[in-house]
Amino acid sequence: MAATFQSSLYASRRRRNRISMGLAFAATAFGLSWLVLILAVLLWEGFSGLSLAVFTEMTPPPGSAGGLLNPIVGSLVMTTIAVLIGTPLGILAGTYMAEYGRYDRLTTVVRFINDILLSAPSIVVGLFVYEVMVAQMGHFSGWAGAVSLAVIVVPVVVRTTEDMLILVPDTLREAAASIGLPRSLMITKVAYRAARAGMVTGVLLAVARISGETAPLLFTALNNQFWSLNLNAPVASLPVVIFQFALSPYHDWQKLAWTGALIITLAVLALSIIARTLAAQRKTS
Amino acid sequence: MQPTGRPPVVDVALQGSGISVAEQVDRAKVLQRLRLGDAAYRHLTRAAAITVLIILGGIIISLVWGSLPALRTFGISFLYEDAWNPVTEKFGAIAPIYGTVVTSIIAMLIAVPVGLFIAVFLTELCPMWLRRPVGIAIELLAGIPSIIYGIWGLFVFAPFLQQQVQPFLIALFGEIPVLSYLFAGPPYGIGILTAGLILAIMVLPFVTSISRDVFEAVPPVLKEAAYGLGCTTWEVSRYVVLPYARVGVIGGVMLGLGRALGETMAVTFVIGNAHRISGSLLAPGTTISATIANEFTEAVGDLYTSALIALGLILFLITFIVLAAARLMLMRLNARVGG
Repeated sequence: MAATFQSSLYASRRRRNRISMGLAFAATAFGLSWLVLILAVLLWEGFSGLSLAVFTEMTPPPGSAGGLLNPIVGSLVMTTIAVLIGTPLGILAGTYMAEYGRYDRLTTVVRFINDILLSAPSIVVGLFVYEVMVAQMGHFSGWAGAVSLAVIVVPVVVRTTEDMLILVPDTLREAAASIGLPRSLMITKVAYRAARAGMVTGVLLAVARISGETAPLLFTALNNQFWSLNLNAPVASLPVVIFQFALSPYHDWQKLAWTGALIITLAVLALSIIARTLAAQRKTS
Repeated sequence: MQPTGRPPVVDVALQGSGISVAEQVDRAKVLQRLRLGDAAYRHLTRAAAITVLIILGGIIISLVWGSLPALRTFGISFLYEDAWNPVTEKFGAIAPIYGTVVTSIIAMLIAVPVGLFIAVFLTELCPMWLRRPVGIAIELLAGIPSIIYGIWGLFVFAPFLQQQVQPFLIALFGEIPVLSYLFAGPPYGIGILTAGLILAIMVLPFVTSISRDVFEAVPPVLKEAAYGLGCTTWEVSRYVVLPYARVGVIGGVMLGLGRALGETMAVTFVIGNAHRISGSLLAPGTTISATIANEFTEAVGDLYTSALIALGLILFLITFIVLAAARLMLMRLNARVGG
């Protein structure tokens, strides 16, 4: 009697284990299948619309052929400006947190706030820049778009800079101090060099993050049907054009939206793969 | 005898003291410059760190400032009124708040168990050589921009749900009292349920990667002891790993929730943008972020704009609380691991 009870308990435990481990397999397959499904449709729809015209022609009016040149250039320009503003600010702030004030109260507060900014809804950033820039200047502009992207860049760069500088061994700092280097030179000549790969990774991740951002651009840079590099006027960007074209009833526009989506995804995936390889190199070396 | 080219000792001493005055002046100058440079750099970095705080402060102040007209007009009733009429300028936030909360709940109900199971797979079952590729693949899901989820959801996922899944759900739950209410109405394809499902896919990598990291931080001795007692893999995961990693998992879940609440573009594509509260999950609805994204550029009149900014303020406050709680939990966890 006892033996059968024991073996039935054993059997039920094993059954439960098999079921739950099956579920773990199924969950992983479930998660991976979304990646495959999304990428497959994207590649299929995107590549069928990909042609040279996409990179050489302007966005068309509905019903005619055209390309995505102006939104691609607009996105590149605004992303570049955002990185140029956001990266120095982020690196300096991260430097303070890791080097000068590692145990300060200020650092603790900034770290906490920065982590919240890191995952704050990006549409709120758009509203903020709208209030501060667009409403004050009285018109939508490429500058406002670039600034709202920069606000998203800063927390990413702060976080990676701080993390990477903390990983730099203190013996390097002590060696620099022992030959009489002041702290600022020790940071710029020794610590930055030791942490360079990680900091570059952070900037790449930030670029990957903002190149797909749509929400903060909707009411800062707005959109522009025509070729314009005037940053004081609305500037087209790839994500906003995708948004507008995908929700339109015109088949040509929807096709272009898919192509644009493919371009963005490939760019983002390439950036994150480069970033990962850099980070992996740092670990092995 | 004096070696050629070498001055006598006495001269060296004299010359040495003669040069040292000029040298010391130089030296003092250089040191002074370095000291100034150091102080300047220190203040520069400090200012940059404070700028991060200013950004957050600026966001809060500008949102409060922008939403003042709406809040002054509607007062606290803005939070529970369900009217949203730009023509008569009557605005209430409850429909978008409802949509935001319900889509996030659907997302978390799916993403949390699936994410935990994937984390179990990655830490307990997966062969070593497969761990990195699978982990990276799941994290790539987090890297795909949200607008891609949106366009995919609109053109692929919503039609699929409309044709295959939703008629099935309606037929399946049509007879069951409570569920028939949740799954009532025609299959639109787009709606609250679709948005919730897309959010689940987007949140999944966050839950997975944080759960995996905290699972990996469980001391192997604990697991080995449990295995040594004859526990099955499931029992080890459920009764040893999960309780030990609880705080971290909850932190990761909250982080994912923060993301789900604030997600804009993917939801905007598939939610249907209808300002009403419907019991059915299949009906179109709206969320705070989708409302702002859809209507902000077309908003005419200060009150309309202000009402939308007030929605943004509500969203920011909700996500701020959720994210702050998540960070506090993860910080407590780190302190424990460190100490």
